[in-house]
Amino acid sequence: MASGGFGSEARLTIGRGAAHIVARVARWSGRGGGTTLPGRALLAIAPDAIASLGRRLPERSILISATNGKTTTTAMAATILGGRYRLAYNSAGANLASGVASALVSASKAELGLLEVDEAALPGLGDSLSPRSVVLGNLFRDQLDRYGELETIATSWRAGIARLPDDCVVIANADDARVVDVVGDRAGTLTFGIDDPSVGNDDPGHASDARTCFVCGQPLVYETAYVGHLGDWHCSRCDSRRPALQIAARSIRTRGLEGVDFELATPAGTVEVALEIPGLYNVYNALAAASLAHVIGIEPQVIAEGLTRFRPAFGRVERITIGERRVLLLLAKNPAGANEIVRTVSDNGSLPVIVIALNDDIADGRDVSWIWDVDFERLMPHAERVIASGSRAEELALRFKYGGYDPDRLEVARDLATALDRGLQLTPSGAEMTVIPTYTAMLALQRILTNRGLVKPYWDRAPG
Amino acid sequence: MQLVVAHMYPDLLNIYADRGNVAVLLRRASWRDIELIVRPVDQGQRLPGDADLVYIGGGQDRDQQLIAADIASRSEELESFVDDDGALLAVCGGYQLLGRAYVDADGSELPGAGVFPLRTVAGERRLIGDVLLECAFAEGPARPVAGFENHAGRTELDAGARPFGRVIYGFGNDGRSGYEGCTRKAAIGTYLHGPLLPRNPWLADWLLERALEHRTGQEHDLSPLDDALEASAQALASQRARARGGRL
Repeated sequence: MASGGFGSEARLTIGRGAAHIVARVARWSGRGGGTTLPGRALLAIAPDAIASLGRRLPERSILISATNGKTTTTAMAATILGGRYRLAYNSAGANLASGVASALVSASKAELGLLEVDEAALPGLGDSLSPRSVVLGNLFRDQLDRYGELETIATSWRAGIARLPDDCVVIANADDARVVDVVGDRAGTLTFGIDDPSVGNDDPGHASDARTCFVCGQPLVYETAYVGHLGDWHCSRCDSRRPALQIAARSIRTRGLEGVDFELATPAGTVEVALEIPGLYNVYNALAAASLAHVIGIEPQVIAEGLTRFRPAFGRVERITIGERRVLLLLAKNPAGANEIVRTVSDNGSLPVIVIALNDDIADGRDVSWIWDVDFERLMPHAERVIASGSRAEELALRFKYGGYDPDRLEVARDLATALDRGLQLTPSGAEMTVIPTYTAMLALQRILTNRGLVKPYWDRAPG
Repeated sequence: MQLVVAHMYPDLLNIYADRGNVAVLLRRASWRDIELIVRPVDQGQRLPGDADLVYIGGGQDRDQQLIAADIASRSEELESFVDDDGALLAVCGGYQLLGRAYVDADGSELPGAGVFPLRTVAGERRLIGDVLLECAFAEGPARPVAGFENHAGRTELDAGARPFGRVIYGFGNDGRSGYEGCTRKAAIGTYLHGPLLPRNPWLADWLLERALEHRTGQEHDLSPLDDALEASAQALASQRARARGGRL
């Protein structure tokens, strides 16, 4: 039903007014930064507002999607591009249509849309925004109850990509066989990946999401696997293989939990990058951000400076000092991300106390079975004490119990504040406690820490 | 004492924490001084002749299609294992593939192994959420099972087939019949993961007892363990299913 007799232009004007009011009320009432409500108000009044606002961006939009790392990739790209363009950017990770609409409406003077997009929302937003570039980071099994299975997402991406305008440059992670399959032989695709076997494994692990060839169904062979199934792959039978890398990370040197250095090779030259955020998964995020910047003509040196300047969003990797103790906060959203955190933390040696907080809200995944895809076994020999927390603390405790962890060193505290206090009590003075929360547990922890005056609320934190 | 578990297609059918179920069997056996030997069985490999328990998990649609023909070709092998009182647990995709047939979204009918008297037809909407069952297939009083379901298939049991449980909350086999899963002798097929066994340890012990009887030909009662954590996890999962409400 149409809203009275208003035309779409009038509805857009009214919708924008409503969105601004909602944003102000949300901010003033302290109920969060209004990252999705203004967009919802706008879309209720002007359903095609995303397309209309998108057309007003002189430099059009870039969409970034992936199971893992889309928020970090987008934030890295914003750090690189921020000095050059006024951005419409969904910095708080609100990545559904409502969040994208909020970002567009709140940045009325923006030149370029830099938009993180939920996997399921990508095809629809691609249709509305007619983007100049789309970044496809990776496809892992996520919390499977949200979207059904990976296959469904891959199929909708394939169709969505086919509908993109011809001049839209698709940027694909060549190390992900499923992403390569989804893109097919689309002209002008830019590929990125890691080219450094010294930091890889020879096997993609027990929960790999790409064991067989997407063309012929025969087993895939991995020369090197870097993060989960991301790696240098080829089919054991047909000619399907990882495409040549146009943007690559070489000579990777990790600095424990502090960061990672690498050589960024692009068609416009090779530069040195020093990331202040650890893990090979963040090298992938940096490669995706670098590829996107390259596509819009940013020089390699500027890309390297932006990446080096980048600091992560709250909770993804966060260090907080509480009295004589330090707390290292590492967000674990899904199995692939959690596995990389486990690997990074375990490589760092002995851990006096680990608090792991598992919630089962919609954003975490209602189905908690994914915790069995995480190799907590790798962490167990290094962990003096484990405190299982969150609304499904017992399921996590059972994961450790049946994984062979000593039950005498395992505690359960469903309440997060209780778990945090108990962890601090067990952490020796001068030592560091590790906290690994799922998404909503991370938000809850942030509220606890904000109330204690230890961190600033997220909507007041400048990106990058 | 040793028991042998045949874990079928562990690389392809592992999507819903299937290794969690295997880990529970392994630990609960070892806490009773029973050594569980797990033998992976892939496409084209014979079921080990000394298997006491067979485990089959679930996979993504594509991976299930890859092994559908292989599992259908095992009809005789698996049927004689179940007739011989071998213990079996099949979860989600594994459960569907052990039925008589699976009709996919295009309407084409793929034969299954025929171990369970049932037929599954692909549906439009996925049936997703927490489930609480009351299970009366075993001796003694009915017992609760709490799990999570996520399936597009609608499974219909043949007349006279025995379900795994009665649905208290959730969809179950097809969202209408009020039943979930299927049992035949010491074999269980179910849509429930979560994983199933950590929060339902009585079921793990039931399977281990059947496997022990298969090995020794004698009755076995396993010694009780401290399952306080498991009980608490089950209570919480049941609460989630209750919050979701009744069927459909």
